[in-house]
Amino acid sequence: MAAHLSSGRVNLTALREAGRRELREFLDKCAGSKAIVWDEYLTGPFGLIAQYSLLKEHEVEKMFTLKPGRLPPADVKNIIFFVRPKLELMDIITDNVLREDRGRSPQRDFHILFVPRRSLLCEQWLKEQGVLGSFIHREQYSLDLIPFDGDLLSMESESAFKECYLESDQTSLYHAAKGLMTLQALYGTIPQIFGKGDCARHVANMMIRMKREFPGSQNSIFPVFDTLLLLDRNVDLLTPLATQLTYEGLIDEIYGIQNTYVKLPPEKFAPKKQGEGGKDLPTEPKKLQLNSAEELYAEIRDKNFNAVGSVLSKKAKIISAAFEERHHAKTVGEIKQFVSQLPHMQAARSSLANHTSIAELIKDITTSEDFFDNLTVEQEFMSGIDTDKVNNYIEDCIAQKHPLIKILRLVCLQSVCNSGLKQKVLDHYKREILQTYGYEHILTLNNLEKAGLLKAQTGGRNNYPTIRKTLRLWMDDVNEQNPNDISYVYSGYAPLSVRLAQLLARPGWRSIEEVLKMLPGPHFEERQQLPTGLQKKRQQGENRVTLVFFLGGVTYAEIAALRFLSQMEDGGTEYIIATTKLINGTTWIKSLMEKLEPAPF
Amino acid sequence: MDCYTANWNPLGEETFYRKLELYSMEWGLREDLRDCVVAAAPYGGPIALLRNSRRDKTPSARPLLEIYSASGLLLASVPWKSGRLVHLGWTAGEDLLCIQEDGTVLVYNLFCEFKRHFSMGNEVLQNHVLEAQVFHTEFGTGVAILTGALRFSLATNIDDLKLRRLPEVPGLQKPPPCWAVLSQDRVTVVLLAVGQELFLLDNTSCSVVSPPGLSPSAGPFLHMAVSFTHRHLALFCDSGTVWMGTASLKEKFCEFNTGIRSPPKQMVWCTRPRSRQRAVVLAWERQLMVVGNSSECIRFVLDEDSHLVPELDGVRILSRSSHEFLHEIPEASQEIFRIASMAPGALLLEAQKEYEAASFGKCFLDRFPPEGFVRMCQDLRVLNAIRDYQIGIPLTFTQYKQLTIEVLLDRLVLRRLYPLAIRICEFLRLPEIQGVSRILAHWACYKVQQKDKSDEEVAQAINQKLGDTAGISYSDIATRAYDCGRAELAIKMQKKPTTNYPNLSVPPNPTVPVPVPVPVPVPVPVYTVVLHLKNELNRGSFFMTLQNQPVALSLYRQFCRHQERETLKDLYNQDDNHQELGNLHVQGGYSQQRIEGRVAALQNALDEFYKAKNDFAAKATEEQIKLLRLQRHLQEELDKPYLDLSLHDTVHTLILDGHHKRAEQLYRDFRIPDKRYWWLKINALATRGDWEEMEKFSKSKKSPIGYLPFVEVAVKHHNRYEAKKYAPRVPPEQRVKAFVLVGDLEQAAEAAIERKNEAEMSLVLARCSAATDGAVAEKLNRARAQLLKK
Repeated sequence: MAAHLSSGRVNLTALREAGRRELREFLDKCAGSKAIVWDEYLTGPFGLIAQYSLLKEHEVEKMFTLKPGRLPPADVKNIIFFVRPKLELMDIITDNVLREDRGRSPQRDFHILFVPRRSLLCEQWLKEQGVLGSFIHREQYSLDLIPFDGDLLSMESESAFKECYLESDQTSLYHAAKGLMTLQALYGTIPQIFGKGDCARHVANMMIRMKREFPGSQNSIFPVFDTLLLLDRNVDLLTPLATQLTYEGLIDEIYGIQNTYVKLPPEKFAPKKQGEGGKDLPTEPKKLQLNSAEELYAEIRDKNFNAVGSVLSKKAKIISAAFEERHHAKTVGEIKQFVSQLPHMQAARSSLANHTSIAELIKDITTSEDFFDNLTVEQEFMSGIDTDKVNNYIEDCIAQKHPLIKILRLVCLQSVCNSGLKQKVLDHYKREILQTYGYEHILTLNNLEKAGLLKAQTGGRNNYPTIRKTLRLWMDDVNEQNPNDISYVYSGYAPLSVRLAQLLARPGWRSIEEVLKMLPGPHFEERQQLPTGLQKKRQQGENRVTLVFFLGGVTYAEIAALRFLSQMEDGGTEYIIATTKLINGTTWIKSLMEKLEPAPF
Repeated sequence: MDCYTANWNPLGEETFYRKLELYSMEWGLREDLRDCVVAAAPYGGPIALLRNSRRDKTPSARPLLEIYSASGLLLASVPWKSGRLVHLGWTAGEDLLCIQEDGTVLVYNLFCEFKRHFSMGNEVLQNHVLEAQVFHTEFGTGVAILTGALRFSLATNIDDLKLRRLPEVPGLQKPPPCWAVLSQDRVTVVLLAVGQELFLLDNTSCSVVSPPGLSPSAGPFLHMAVSFTHRHLALFCDSGTVWMGTASLKEKFCEFNTGIRSPPKQMVWCTRPRSRQRAVVLAWERQLMVVGNSSECIRFVLDEDSHLVPELDGVRILSRSSHEFLHEIPEASQEIFRIASMAPGALLLEAQKEYEAASFGKCFLDRFPPEGFVRMCQDLRVLNAIRDYQIGIPLTFTQYKQLTIEVLLDRLVLRRLYPLAIRICEFLRLPEIQGVSRILAHWACYKVQQKDKSDEEVAQAINQKLGDTAGISYSDIATRAYDCGRAELAIKMQKKPTTNYPNLSVPPNPTVPVPVPVPVPVPVPVYTVVLHLKNELNRGSFFMTLQNQPVALSLYRQFCRHQERETLKDLYNQDDNHQELGNLHVQGGYSQQRIEGRVAALQNALDEFYKAKNDFAAKATEEQIKLLRLQRHLQEELDKPYLDLSLHDTVHTLILDGHHKRAEQLYRDFRIPDKRYWWLKINALATRGDWEEMEKFSKSKKSPIGYLPFVEVAVKHHNRYEAKKYAPRVPPEQRVKAFVLVGDLEQAAEAAIERKNEAEMSLVLARCSAATDGAVAEKLNRARAQLLKK
């Protein structure tokens, strides 16, 4: 069930197991039958830790979604609220509790589980509403880093970037530091910490401080990670804005992957049976889980989309050849062997069918003219062409009122690739946007400016060309089929963040000191003392393990690039990736938009 | 050698007792001890004294409650203002319990600072407390009382107060001459004597018991004593006989007749752990007697009125002028110093004297691990340090080992002897987390309570001392500061909510009194402090306070963003952050129910944007106001919703409805760029299907966007016929695309061939189907072949 978590270099099942243990302990505290009232946002992340069966084993009989009003009837002894510590949610809970029928018998006990931290503010709020006393257990469940895959951890904290950069609220960084402490408790102290950016510095400081304030139990676990690299998202604002071109990246760009699940239009997945063509097309979206537990997906997820087709057709041939085998099976033994392989083959065939359908869906979009035009402009910007003047394509898109997020992505991309736009150009874009999409977006634009995604060039210096050249961010001779460089994930553009990780491993950051100074925030190195005896004696040819933590989000293309580096034969480093949230340009920009809904006049 | 053993007094064959002076008391007591209520805490603890209480009962004279160190140094004093005191006693954590006649128990710390109070039950209010005892068990410190109704009540742990009223004793007419609290098998019971009978009172019953082997002639019981460990019991009878045995009354050790028939003032056990001799000390007015399993006894003369304090391995004797310790000589000392001893220790001592070399013998032992020796030397130094009269904790080695170093450090902390505690930690090389940092944290918590120092001074002092010492949680210190009402200081201390430091430790052996750990505060998050401050301070100074605390400020802003938008406005106002103020006004405008409200809010925003020197935002807001007014006008006039459409959509809707003049007006008024206006107009016209107007428009002047968009828009609306009209006007470089779009492959092919562009030829070819466009395809293929030949 969670085998894919242990497939990587670091066995992340242990982390998941720790999470499950904590959950079980809490559930057992509330003796008797239970109903869980869910903060809807939490159901996805929790699904990655524990399935319904685990809850059922611990007498969870009903589950509801948190909403105002009276709680649905359920003949259970305990009602447990699983919530994030948000005041809006406390109001709903208060409403639920106050409307509970006091006359009913037997009375139901209330409990509350805060994820990931208890908040005194929330408890005080409940107290002011006079319901705090109704809760027998008030606990916290430190769900900081959730294992998504064998090499991937995410906090799924949607607003982390916004809170850090727009609201200077560093709560999510505190959670990140806590998560790293948990990780170190399970996998040993990480001896080396590198970082770039203000938030990275902050997290490192908190980690060191937490270690100092709680050195009680000397960690005696042999360290699994050699290095931790903390990276601020605002060090590399460029990468998420560009359209990802890996298979998984494109699925996310087009359909959105949430907690490893994707919902796809059903038409292509209709069961193809003869005789009932197009009779009852399914109307429910097709929901698929995407992770490396699926053999085929593990193979193609990180490939450039242009290289996926050939793999799929090759697979198709192999599978049909395997099915052909049955005709050659003569003896009983051979037939038996064939039958024993049948389930595996059928699974492979259905997996192939699914991905062929997905690839077709994606292909319809990537071959469209608009996708091509958009990509061309992106690539021009990233390679440094005409970044300093108003772009025709963007203008036309605005004039035709293309989706606002698409426009914002392009304008921000241009701004970042030019170290800020000329005031006149910037004002022009802004005016075009306000007039076309509505003046209320002035707040969104303001947010983007605060986050540094959109800005006026100051001092008239454009650092991007220097950065691009030194870090080799643009590669003209990209090989999409058999890549030799990470730039394949964006068909030419090598993600800056991953380049920093790559250069850190070899030859070290000292070689790019100048460029590092041009990027925002400090860069630093810290060492954590290991007790003697725990120091690693490296075997010849043994790879180092680096944990790269993206503060403010990471894209699937960046993950693909890091996986590519892990697999390089002479790479010498394997990467595990952690982040506050899995993002793409669209979800990222959306999180920064101000949602204003005018009251109807 | 006789100098060592001069004060050794033999009791029986094998044991010796010694009385030595610990300190000469400096307390300058004028009264006799018998006129005071006295209580001394075990383990060399402090002495509490209430003067005047017995003789002078006039309410005008306020007795003085004083606390001294064991060496007689005054730690603190306070006039006793509460009701009549029955008994004083110390808890295991060195808190003073003052049990009053009305059953109220007041708890003070060792600096006479009042901590809390609790009551021994309502029943006592009328009946009064006649007698009380404080006792220590594995559950903690307990209190037992005898009420005027001759009933016993007790609480086994005052920190988890559960009062138990014991059953009535049949036939009890007057207070029993003596009683004691016993702890047996985790049950606390009261043993009392009534005449010649002993009663055992437990939770539910009262049973008669009798000590085994007691001489029938012993007579009524007058006094009893329980040992420090609750294992042994001694009974003094009317005939002067002392019976000694186990507290379970199952075994008798011995019996001794003192020959004195008056009851002793005090009787306490004086036995060290694991000793073969079990002895008790009896004190009369002028005489002290040690009796044990021997026909002889040891007698001392008392020059002064004295008070006995039982200890784990002996008895402390307090008097007005001196503080002495009476104990059995430990076996090791006996072996070394006993006359004619041939034990190795004695020989070694002899050798040492001969050679004048310290640690002489050690050099001859090469395979003997030195740790034991080193540890012993360290322990002795620690003991010497704390025995100094200025510190005044006269612990014996046995007591010290029982107490453990952790508890000793806690006691030093309680006495606020931080430097000594730290010095000891450093000397013993204790890990920082158990030692230095724990003490520093306590010091800091004490420091923040010093009200005479300014916040700045305190914060600085703490910062200087603590610096980056490991294992200190600033949030705990902040909590303490917050508790004493110094919320600002709390913010200063609090950098980020962090972990607790571990609780103070508890000695491992549960059969002896458990010193209670110094309470550790729980962390208060910044929020609590901030919200508290908000309620306490007036707005102005609250904001000023926040200004210097970026973390607190941003958290408070975050809170306001969700809960108190108005306050957020004030916050920005104070900062002169006009940009954010403007944003807030914009946001506020969108929750207005009426358009006037929206306009007014936007007007405010406009002003703020100007103040923020954000001309762009100001102009945009100006435009927005203009648009809103115009939309309202349109809405009224055309009876169609226009409000809250964007400018683009407003113009679009106008064109859709055929109001071309008005659209034109907006285009000019809002200076919409030509290109965008053309796109906008042809899209709207195509949607409306107004191809005539579109053609007219296309000819009105040269299109700033070219003519390909016309083709595209028409095709999008499935009107190839119209699209074809514009294809020829498309410039050559886009013409192929235009013809392909309208589906005229022949023309497309021609254009491509004309331009000799191979890519374009392929594009057209790809669209050709073999069935219908054979001729075109052939033509293209030929042209391409020709092109490639060159």
